[in-house]
Amino acid sequence: MTDPVVVTGLGIVSPTGLGTAPYWSATRRGVSGIGPITRFAADGYPARLAGEINGFVAGEHLPGRLLPQTDRMTQLALVAGDWALADAGITPADLPAFDMGVCTASAQGGFEFGQNELRNLWSQGSRYVSAYQSFAWFYAVNSGQLSIRNGMKGPSGVVVSDQAGGLDAVANARRQIRKGTAVMVTGAVDASLCPWGWVAQLASRRLSTSDDPDRAYLPFDERANGHVPGEGGAILVMERASRAVARGAHVYGQVAGYGATFDPAPGSGGQPGLARAIRLALAEADLPPENVDVVFADAAGIPELDQAEADAITEVFGPYGVPVTAPKTMTGRLYSGAAPLDLAAALLAMDEGLIPQTVNVTPAERYRLDLVTDHPRAAQLCSALVLARGYGGFNSAVLLRSGYPQRVAAAR
Amino acid sequence: MTERRVVITGIEVLAPGGAGTKDFWSLLTDGRTATRTITFFDPAPFRSQVAAEIDFDPEQHGLTPQEVRRMDRAAQFAVVAARGAVADSGLVFDNVHEHRTGVAIGSAVGATMSLDQEYRVVSDGGRLHEVDHTYAVPHLYDYLVPSSFAAEVAWAVGAQGPATVISTGCTSGIDSVGYAVELIREGSADVMVAGATDAPISPITMACFDAIKATSPRREQPETASRPFDATRNGFVLGEGTAVFVLEEMESARRRGAHVYAEIAGYATRSNAFHMTGLRPDGKEMAEAIRTALGEARLNPDDIDYINAHGSGTKQNDRHETAAFKDSLGEHAYRIPVSSIKSMVGHSLGAIGAIEIAACALAIEHNVVPPTANLHHPDPECDLDYVPLTAREHRTDAVLTVGSGFGGFQSAMVLTGPGRRP
Repeated sequence: MTDPVVVTGLGIVSPTGLGTAPYWSATRRGVSGIGPITRFAADGYPARLAGEINGFVAGEHLPGRLLPQTDRMTQLALVAGDWALADAGITPADLPAFDMGVCTASAQGGFEFGQNELRNLWSQGSRYVSAYQSFAWFYAVNSGQLSIRNGMKGPSGVVVSDQAGGLDAVANARRQIRKGTAVMVTGAVDASLCPWGWVAQLASRRLSTSDDPDRAYLPFDERANGHVPGEGGAILVMERASRAVARGAHVYGQVAGYGATFDPAPGSGGQPGLARAIRLALAEADLPPENVDVVFADAAGIPELDQAEADAITEVFGPYGVPVTAPKTMTGRLYSGAAPLDLAAALLAMDEGLIPQTVNVTPAERYRLDLVTDHPRAAQLCSALVLARGYGGFNSAVLLRSGYPQRVAAAR
Repeated sequence: MTERRVVITGIEVLAPGGAGTKDFWSLLTDGRTATRTITFFDPAPFRSQVAAEIDFDPEQHGLTPQEVRRMDRAAQFAVVAARGAVADSGLVFDNVHEHRTGVAIGSAVGATMSLDQEYRVVSDGGRLHEVDHTYAVPHLYDYLVPSSFAAEVAWAVGAQGPATVISTGCTSGIDSVGYAVELIREGSADVMVAGATDAPISPITMACFDAIKATSPRREQPETASRPFDATRNGFVLGEGTAVFVLEEMESARRRGAHVYAEIAGYATRSNAFHMTGLRPDGKEMAEAIRTALGEARLNPDDIDYINAHGSGTKQNDRHETAAFKDSLGEHAYRIPVSSIKSMVGHSLGAIGAIEIAACALAIEHNVVPPTANLHHPDPECDLDYVPLTAREHRTDAVLTVGSGFGGFQSAMVLTGPGRRP
């Protein structure tokens, strides 16, 4: 590829900060957004901690008519989209509508909206179901609403691959740019912190039942006992490097490689697919493992899954062969929003030359990982690998290269 | 490197009126309809009381009791169809194939039927706000996140390449196949098991379409309720079903001597960026998708022998796409047979796009164009050749199929007969 696809805009909505500056400030200081659930009465459930977004008032950012027809995750996504486009310096109204597209991931759709309408249906009757239910809850809603809000008529897409989907959406957005679309808005936001969403998440049997926010989500630690869910994610703006450089945009980095695989069926005895996904991403980027500067781990917080991920990383990079981190220990796992937020974190890490830390974790020796804990680590970062896995066996990997080469080209 | 092209080598359809590709094609070519008064639940409280249901016994189709318990109905459809499509393709998977075989399953509303039923229980009939987790089924997470459909299909066929669910509302079926085609073309996979599934006939779906009067309120003669392009049409009729395909890189399919139904020669999707449910009457964005798909297929409007319309049977849709055909194909739009199989099998949301691709592939295979049933009173605003009532023998080498959905998505795909394109 002679004209790489680059990220030029970030819109972050996370439990540790609304907007890039607050998020990155909290992340580099190791501030956690995990705490007791306040959104509903969680006392009766076996898991009671989450990464909630506090202080988000949708009406401050969006027109009133949108509020009754949108779930919280859509409101967050629309605001993140506004921020990402502003960050990229793109005013959609100035561009031909068919030159801009939207591809997002979703894991759960507008689940809280759906809960409210199911309650209306079963407690009052079918006539009490909202006219907006037909689209407010479904998985395509964020792509649809983002395209409408920003007048984007180009290729659209929606992928659902649980937590891996955030990377699959970014890869599909990149595919559309390679096929000729000038600007793609991509990423994902999920938010299902409502009783019905919580009960459905509990069924994964992967939620931590700890009540101590500092001990609940401890990937790669002997004490690992599940994860803490959160809400939020990130929306990214992507375009061709030549276009970004020509208009003098800040280039965060390049989406240089991608790989996606699926694990063999349980009990069939085959090799898990994560290492294969990593190798596919590195091969596409034409980067040997020793040139990868940091890995943002999926970090499931379940011993078997942590072992599988550590095995994949050590298989490709060798034991203690590459710095590994999981800033999602501060936000909780955001489902499809997690990987786009990790991409944003990795791009910001490369910009500053600082690997954010994995909080609260004491790495277990048996994983043989160089996990960045306790403090952020200063390092010159030219590339970063982001990993994401979805429930059932989805594995995705994205290799980012720093925006620095593009900035050098621009200076010349 | 030479261009990688993608062909369909296996098909399985589960559609209302008969579970299986053969029954499906008989229904279409006979012009019979499978819409009926809802039997899955008491439809009395609803404005719309007709749907196209499948009489489906999962165990008869080879699913084990635990698979049945674990999977939502839509996932059951997909797994049965995926196995059928692989059998139809004659493809034998070995270790190499597994890593190079991916899955893309479209679904608009995922496990909505199971979610509706489970919510009713854990909330005790909508009474509890803090719903009771002790009454939840153990597989509720699989219903929460419908990527479980892709996982089930991958397990069923042994695929270990890229797997995902594509969920772009009512264009999911075209978009999942289009996604799969792009993966094979770019070299990310050699084989894709792709298609779409939806089983939305449940109270919450009926209620939400009632609320916006999108579905037909016609109750008398339910078999005539779905009337695309007819002047008396008054909404779509909800359906369910699935179609799954085996898609292969053309040269490797040829090398193994596979039967090729059709090549997928062009695909595009665009958004109207206008309204989540409304359509502008001019159809400009669908027209743009059609032009782009034709361009990718390197075909001209006069190469198209048949258009499989979205033809949902709502007032606004049928006008919208008629305008889109005229805009994109010019005068030739008046000379191409156009039909909507939703008149017979209903509108199964995300699944129907894949079911319609199957109809297109079979039209190419048999040189027969399926009809639009229930079209007795042409709407003056819909003035194309909609093949009313009776299937037509017609040389069919190149086919256009389109979809339009909530969220503003407009998709188009072009299929050609094997060897049709140089």
